[in-house]
Amino acid sequence: MAVSVLFYIMSFVALVAALAVVLVREPVTSVLSLIVVFFNGAGLLILLNAEFLAVLLVIVYVGAIAVLFLFMVMMVGGASESAQRGQRYHALPLALLVAVVLLVELVLFAVFTTSEQTATPISESLQAVSNTEALGGVLYTRYAPMFQLAGLILLAAMLGAILLTHRRLPGVKGQDAAAQASVAKKRRVRLVDVKRGEGTQ
Amino acid sequence: MSAWQHTLGVDHYFIVSTVLFVIGLWGMMINRRQIIFMMLCMELSMLAVILNFAAFAHFKSDLFGHVAGLFILTVAAAEAAIGLALIVALFRLSDGNIRVEDMNTLKDSDKREEHKTS
Repeated sequence: MAVSVLFYIMSFVALVAALAVVLVREPVTSVLSLIVVFFNGAGLLILLNAEFLAVLLVIVYVGAIAVLFLFMVMMVGGASESAQRGQRYHALPLALLVAVVLLVELVLFAVFTTSEQTATPISESLQAVSNTEALGGVLYTRYAPMFQLAGLILLAAMLGAILLTHRRLPGVKGQDAAAQASVAKKRRVRLVDVKRGEGTQ
Repeated sequence: MSAWQHTLGVDHYFIVSTVLFVIGLWGMMINRRQIIFMMLCMELSMLAVILNFAAFAHFKSDLFGHVAGLFILTVAAAEAAIGLALIVALFRLSDGNIRVEDMNTLKDSDKREEHKTS
């Protein structure tokens, strides 16, 4: 029963804060509401015995991504709200229609397909060890390709972010690896026949 | 009192995460002029997907849902980093005024002109 009450409280707060993320006009308030959604989502994950995922959610999302968003809002946030602030709801009826249709479809799907599976008990093997231990046991063995793929995606994202934001300032001295590698002998060494009694000039 | 006695099923979590996902989608549609709001709504949708995976992992007692949630978390982090880098690059190009409608350099040039005149 306590789990049910917690579930209802946390999902209610999460949904209200999600609406606030969408509807609030101030970007900083929106990001802070997003943090509230993340905390409540982490609570829901704990109710689902996904402790590792919950902790990771708080660390990665709240600790890194939300702070990144806050930095970004404070850097360029004022610039992104352009002059047509009043026209923000120009697509409201169509958007509401699409959203409601999708919601009804998905909820009907949930009601008709998952109701017979609600009684599935949690297996003993999942209960015996902690969630982190169980996840570690399966992450590096059975799902190792997926783990490595995640690493590859992070590497690509890192390179992409650096390439996108890096700019070469004029007047800064640096290495040019391509030019260094393509040096030929004739561009560096000049053989001069020096006559006796004269300089090279 | 009997209303509180029932146990939570996968459909409860499914409905919450679905509503969260649809709120994110809806927000993307109504905030089409502000790129930061669009990215925030994308993060909302990602969170809904993670919640859904975790719910099914719990009720089907399969740890793949947790691994998939981890994967989605990674993808969301990468997406946020790339998206914010794009905003910074755009901020430099567009001298301080980011407009989503102006991001059409990759579009067909005829259509771009058409859009500009309309």
